[in-house]
Parts: sequence; structure tokens; C-alpha cells
Amino acid sequence: MTRFVLGRIGFYTLIAVLLAFFTIPLLWLASAPLTSDPTYEVRVPDFTFDNFQAILEHPYALPSLYNSLLLSVGTALLVVALSALAAYALSRVRLPGRDALLYALLLLSSIITGTAAMVPLFQLAVELGLIDSQLGLILILSGGLLPAAIFMLKDFMDSTPKSYEESARVFGASPLQIVAHVVVPLVRPGLATIAVWAVANVWGNFLMPYLLLSDVEKQPAAVIMYTLYTEGGQANLRLLSTFGLLYSVPVVLMYLFVSKKYGFRFHGGIKR
Amino acid sequence: MAQATSPPDLTRETAEPTARRYSVDAAGLGRWRAGAFAAPALLLITVFLVFPALWVLYLGLTDYRLTGTAAADPKVVGLDNFLSALGEPTFWNSTWLTVQFVLGSAVIGQVGLGFAIAWLLRDKRGPLKRIVEGLVILAWILPSAVVSFLWVALLDADGGTLNALLGTGDYAWLLDHPMLSIIVFNTWRGTAFSMMLYGAALGNVPPSHLESARLAGASGWQQLRDVVFPHIKGHILTNLLLISLWTFNDFTPFMITAGGPDGKSEVLAVHVYKVALQSGQLGYGAAVSTVILLINLVVAVFYLRLLRSKK
Amino acid sequence: MAAIELRRLTKVYPGGVKALDALDLVIPDGEFFALLGPSGCGKTTLLRTIAGLETATGGAVVIGDRDVTSVQPGGRDIAMVFQDYALFPHMDVTDNVAYPLRIKKVAKAERHRRAGEVAARLGLERLMDRRPGQLSGGQQQRVALARVMATQAQAFLFDEPLSNLDARLRLEARTFLKKLQRELGVTTVFVTHDQAEALAMADRMAVMEAGVIRQIGTPAEVFQRPANTFVAGFIGSTPMNLLDAVVRGDTLEVAGCAVPVPDAAAGLLADGEKVVYGVRPEYNAYAPKPADGSSEGALAGKVVIVENLGASHLVTLDVNDVTVQAVVPEGSEPAVGDEGFAAPRRDRALVYRDGELVTR
Repeated sequence: MTRFVLGRIGFYTLIAVLLAFFTIPLLWLASAPLTSDPTYEVRVPDFTFDNFQAILEHPYALPSLYNSLLLSVGTALLVVALSALAAYALSRVRLPGRDALLYALLLLSSIITGTAAMVPLFQLAVELGLIDSQLGLILILSGGLLPAAIFMLKDFMDSTPKSYEESARVFGASPLQIVAHVVVPLVRPGLATIAVWAVANVWGNFLMPYLLLSDVEKQPAAVIMYTLYTEGGQANLRLLSTFGLLYSVPVVLMYLFVSKKYGFRFHGGIKR
Repeated sequence: MAQATSPPDLTRETAEPTARRYSVDAAGLGRWRAGAFAAPALLLITVFLVFPALWVLYLGLTDYRLTGTAAADPKVVGLDNFLSALGEPTFWNSTWLTVQFVLGSAVIGQVGLGFAIAWLLRDKRGPLKRIVEGLVILAWILPSAVVSFLWVALLDADGGTLNALLGTGDYAWLLDHPMLSIIVFNTWRGTAFSMMLYGAALGNVPPSHLESARLAGASGWQQLRDVVFPHIKGHILTNLLLISLWTFNDFTPFMITAGGPDGKSEVLAVHVYKVALQSGQLGYGAAVSTVILLINLVVAVFYLRLLRSKK
Repeated sequence: MAAIELRRLTKVYPGGVKALDALDLVIPDGEFFALLGPSGCGKTTLLRTIAGLETATGGAVVIGDRDVTSVQPGGRDIAMVFQDYALFPHMDVTDNVAYPLRIKKVAKAERHRRAGEVAARLGLERLMDRRPGQLSGGQQQRVALARVMATQAQAFLFDEPLSNLDARLRLEARTFLKKLQRELGVTTVFVTHDQAEALAMADRMAVMEAGVIRQIGTPAEVFQRPANTFVAGFIGSTPMNLLDAVVRGDTLEVAGCAVPVPDAAAGLLADGEKVVYGVRPEYNAYAPKPADGSSEGALAGKVVIVENLGASHLVTLDVNDVTVQAVVPEGSEPAVGDEGFAAPRRDRALVYRDGELVTR
């Protein structure tokens, strides 16, 4: 009995410590935006919305959120379209060297990280005139996300029965009709997963835009956020708190949406 | 760049026998059309992923610089960059810090804490579990620029919340313990992945096995050792390799300490950025990148072999 | 409507597995034809090769008077029901049934009207707005049938059409399918691994083994006179007794007993020849005492097991260490341990030499 009680006490103590560890760093983001004249210290907010005024006053805050959106959605569309086509072809047709190709793709996506490739990517962007080009950044980000996307989607398509397509084929549908009428509707959940995964990836990405976009008007929120707290002088905490909050909310909403709709599948879930 | 999610099943694909009963081309796509479908994606991957990786190998052999004469007319200098890196204390310093970072925050921090949380909550239901998991996941999904600043604020010497809580006055955590700071930060940041992976793994341990162990009178620790651990061994290894790879390549420490003070938290990822893009020694930076690539390769090959041998 | 003809049809998979070995087969117009065999015998491959989903490596497929061997599946004027029905989960019943018409570019209103007509004929009119996931197995099967009917194709191909239904529904669907095929009069080929299904539904059937057709015939022919021991063992809900025998003049020595040479083999056997004697348990008359008081022409043994088959019983006898089975009507079943006699019907018993039926 004592053992049981001690166990309970131990359990709740551990949980309390864990909760504190994971909550305390986040408290500031919850309180400071609603506190007039915030400092680094967490205080009980007085629920003012004046701080959000700071965002409107700042010349780059709102545009940077728009830039983040543009980059994320652009990359997601490109990645979904190209990975779906490639995954379908690889799933349904035994192209020569397919297995080796898939293995190579998986290997590449794991080893060629932003850190390892920042030097040549920077070089490449300079040579191709892609510095300060949002399209260029979208292409580079897509190139990095595609291998994993193809791999996840192919897995999804492999688990879709082929008899649907064969059935359509016997009825006389052309390959393109089969893709449009049957395959795309069937794999829609997979496409949505990849889209969300790509958006989340790009939305939070700091290194690539930091490296390749020097024009402050084109920079996404990640870079502006970093600039805001590292540039000289006293940091504008009213702006930082509200901007950080605004920049975070879409990710949280997206996560809630995905976990509600698809029940947050572990594989193929969102990762930074 | 892309952080791959753990791919579910490489093995299913390769194990498929050549002479399957069903057709190899269900939609009648044909090889040419299939090739055309795959081409655009492969082109982008080749130009923006494969080519840079190959080019970094070449750049590492040159004296390429961002500015000056070597920028206009780079020369091949062979293994000079690698040799000078080996003789360079800052390189060894960064390597040692990276080892601390990976071991401390990934292997001990994320795996340990992630497993602990998954184990504590394994047969819990209801709001408590949802709140704990939700907070851990929140730390993982928020943009890195935001969480970095939150930790800068938390650890700030002048009015940071941590000092207020501990009553440590104006202790400058980021200046006096930069490595410890980013290790604790990264543990906080990345535990969610391990927690979810172990949560899923523990859910797959057959309840009948645990029950028969309990009937045999095994203690909690004995159940863990004799029933749970053998079942999730594969998951632990997968998890270790993936998060080591991710942590090793993580650039987020740059946003908290920028490698400082005095390079005391300059892990390799930050080191490359500093030497190549801030000091402009592209050739030397590329040589360090090559080292990173090779280490990544070793871990990734190990990981993929593990995936294949699972079945 | 059209006949289907296969000439020397061959399918070899990469890797050398021969799924079809120079098959010749003619299925006349309007026939309900079954392809029967154990799994892996090539029956599904044959069906898929007729459909064009597999390409033949040799020989020809002729539908009507058109050689379609190299024609795409969509151009063969056939329709197919898949084992899992392959109803598109994202379309309701109307759109599923109308899908073949959509491919033929029939205007939307017209194809919905025609889909409605066909579906009404199968009693689906109340389900038109449902998705496949909201239908029972039997309903799904009827939607799949409605969809092939909407194509008005020259021939229908069914891949294991009943295997996804539970046992009770399967009997119902069997009757329904046979009636429907009669009414439509469309040449129909179906694949099954269930011999009872093939016997019950088909006008004619082919029994396949390892890519080769072992027998073609009506269900009655195949059941009564299996052309070889493979078919003999495969057909029938209780397997045929296949017993080693030696020819002794007018009689056969089987398990130490003497039985008369069956009618079918009369005059075709040489004295002293080693053969296999086959008789179905249904044609093996059991009696507790030998008829006419003598055991002449019967297999005398001891009852080992009695199994209840419902309206009859399957009696297993041990005849000098050889197992012999007989079916007895209810009410006259013996008890285990009884002495018993099984007298094969002379007009139904068969003799196999080297696995093949001895017959004129």
C-alpha cells in the first residue's frame, strides 16, 4: 500500500517537473504579447492588444509573413505535383534500376542536409543568379524535400490496390484519365500529408532563406524574427512577442487540423 | 535541408519477387511515360541536391574564397584544406563540441526523456496525457526562430525568467554555460520525436506478454528489461541513428549563441557557416562540409542497413 | 455477343515461370464458362490475358472474329468484375455504374439515365447515392455487375466473383448470377477455385493445373468421368476413392478384394496390368451385409469413422489397411467398428492407367 502511494507521489512529481520544463520556456510567448510594455521576465498579462499595433507599424513584419506563405505554398505545390507523378510512376511501373534509385534517394535526403550543402548551394545560387530570388529558393527547397516526399508517397501508393486502375483500364480509360479519375482521388490523403509536411518544413526553415535572400523585403518571417532580436540596440519586445506569436499560430493550427483529420500518423507526420 | 521522416518500409519493396502474379504496369503507363512522370522530380533533385553534394567535394580541394583573387581564379590545392583543418585547433574544438552536443542532447537528452515520458504515460488516458504530449509536441513544431528567441529570453542575464525562478540574480547562462544551454535547449526542442516513436513502439508490445510477466511476479524494472526492451530494440536503434543525424546537422544553435562566446558553442554546423560564409574561406568550408557529408553517409548507410535487415 | 477463342496461348513471366502453356480453348457465344483449378494453376493469369491486362508471350486471343492479342484492354469490348470488385471508393453508385459510359463520352444526363436503368434491374435503385463503403458485400457485388452490364460488352470476365461473400450469401449469389447470365445471354468466363461453384454455375468448365488445361467439359462430364486422376481428386465435395488395382481377367484386385471391371474400361485392359481404380463415395453402395449373401464384387472392411454430411453420412472403411469411403443415406448409417461392405457401381466406377482415364 505504501509502495503504491509512494509510486503515485513519485509519478505526479515527475509529471509536474516535466510540465514545468516544457511549459516555462513557452510562457513568455503566451504572456508578453498581451502585456503592456513587456520585459524578458514572464508576468501575468493585463490583456492589452496594443502590442499588435507594433506589427502594423513595422515595415517588414507583415510582408515577411506573406513571404513565408509564398515560399511554403509554392514549395508545397511543386513538391506535391512532382513527387506524386514520380511516386506513381515508380510505384506502378518497374523501371530499370528502380530499387537502386529509391535507395539512393533515401540516402541522399538523409545525408545532404542544409549544413553539409550550404557552401555549394550558396555558390550555385550565385552562379545561376538565384540570390534574392524567391523562385530560386523554392526550387532549392523543393530539391531538398522531394526525395523524402517521393519515398513517402510511393509507400502510400503501393498500399493502394491496383485493381482500381486495372478496372478503369478495361473500361477503356487512357493512362491520363486513370490518373485523373481514379489515382488522384484515391491518394488524396497522402497528397495532403505531403503538402502539410512541406509547408511546415519551409515555414520554419531559417538557414536557406538566411543564406540566399539578402533583400529584407523578400525575407520570410524566420529571418526577420532572427534579425529583430539580434540586431543592435534594445530589442523591441512588443514587436518580438506579437510577431513571434503570429508567426507560430499557423503551425499550431495546422498541427491541430492534421491530427484531428488524419489522427497524426507517425510516419509521414510533420517534421521541422 | 529536408529532414526525412523515418521511412516506413524499404524492405517491402525490395523483397517483392520478380515473377509476381499480377501485372507490373496496372495503368498501362508504359516505361516511356513512367520515365516522363519521374523526370521533373529527378531533374530538380539532381540540380539542387546531387550536384551540390558533388560540387562540395570539388570545392574542398580548391582555395576558393568569397572575395579577392582566389574568388576570380580558384586553384586546386589538393588535400591542403583537409590537412590544415586537421592542424587547426578551432576545427577540433568544434568537433569536440559537436560530440558533446549530439551525445548530450540527442542520445542522453532526447532519447532518455522521450522514453521516460512514453513509459510514464504508456497506459494513461485522458487530459493529463494529452496536455503533457501536447506541450512536448508544441516545443517541437514551433518555428526554430521563435523558440530560439524564447530561450534567449528565458536565459537572459538581465531579467530572464530562469534567474527570477532560481533567484540567481543576473547570472549570464548563455555566456558562462553556452554548451549546457544549447544542450538543454535541444533536449527540450526535440524530445517529441522520440516520445512519439517510443509511444508507438510501446503500444505494439503485446499486452499478453506484459500480463504473463506480471503474473510471473516481475517487477516494473524486470518487465521493462525482459519484455519491453527486447520488443523495442529495433526502434531504439532507429531512433538513435535518426536523431543523431538530425542533431549533428542542426543549425539552430546558431540562432541562440551564434557559436559564441569565443567559439565555446561553435558546433560543426555553425563552424562551417562561420568559416565559409562569414570569413569567406569557401574552399576550407567545403572541406569541413565534406567531413560532415562523410559522417552523415556513415550514419545513413548504417540506418538503411538496419531498415533492410529488419525483415 | 461473341465467342472467345484461344489459340496456343502462352504466357511466360520474366524469370521463366510458365503460367500458361500453349492453351487451346473455344468458348462459344453465350456460354457461361468456368476456369477451375487450385491456386497458382494459371486460371487468373488466363482470365487477365483474355482481358489484356497481361500480354501473351505466344499464341492468340480471338474475340468474335477479331484477333485482339495485341489490342489494349479498353479496345477488346469486354468487361471485367474483379475479385475485390474495384468499385471506386470516391464515387457513388450512380457514378460507378456510369463510369464506362463516361469513358465513352456519353453525355452526363444520358449515362445517369442508363446507369439508373441497369441498377434498377439489379434492385439497386435505393442505393444510387451511396458510396461503396456504405454498401454490404452483396450490394457491392451487384453494383460491380451493374457496372459491367452498363458497358454492353461482348463478353464478361469474372475473377472469383463470389469469394468476397460470406458462405450463406454465396449460395444466393450463385443462383442469382446464373439466372442473370441466362437472361443476358452474354458470353461469360469466370475464375474460381471452388469446384462446387464451378459445377453449380457453369455450362462448361475447364480444369487447370500448372498452366495446362486438364479437362474441358460440362459439369456432369467432369464430375462423372474425370479425364485423369488430378481432376478426379480435385472435383467433388468428397474426394474420389483412388485405389491401386491389378487386372485379373474380368475382375480387378483392389485392396485384397475382387471387383468387376467397370463398364467404361471393359475390354481395354490387359491381364496382370497395374492400374488405379476410381469410384466416388456417392457411387459406392454401402451395406452392412453383402447383397445376395456373398461378398462377390464388394469391398469388405471395418467401419473406422462416420461423418455427418447432413442428409447423408460419409462412412470410412478400413479394407485390408486401405481406406475406402462411401456415402450412405441418413437413417442407415453404421456404427464405428461394424463390419461393412461397399459395392462400387459398375457403370460409374473408372479405371486410370498412368493417371489418364481408360475409356473408348
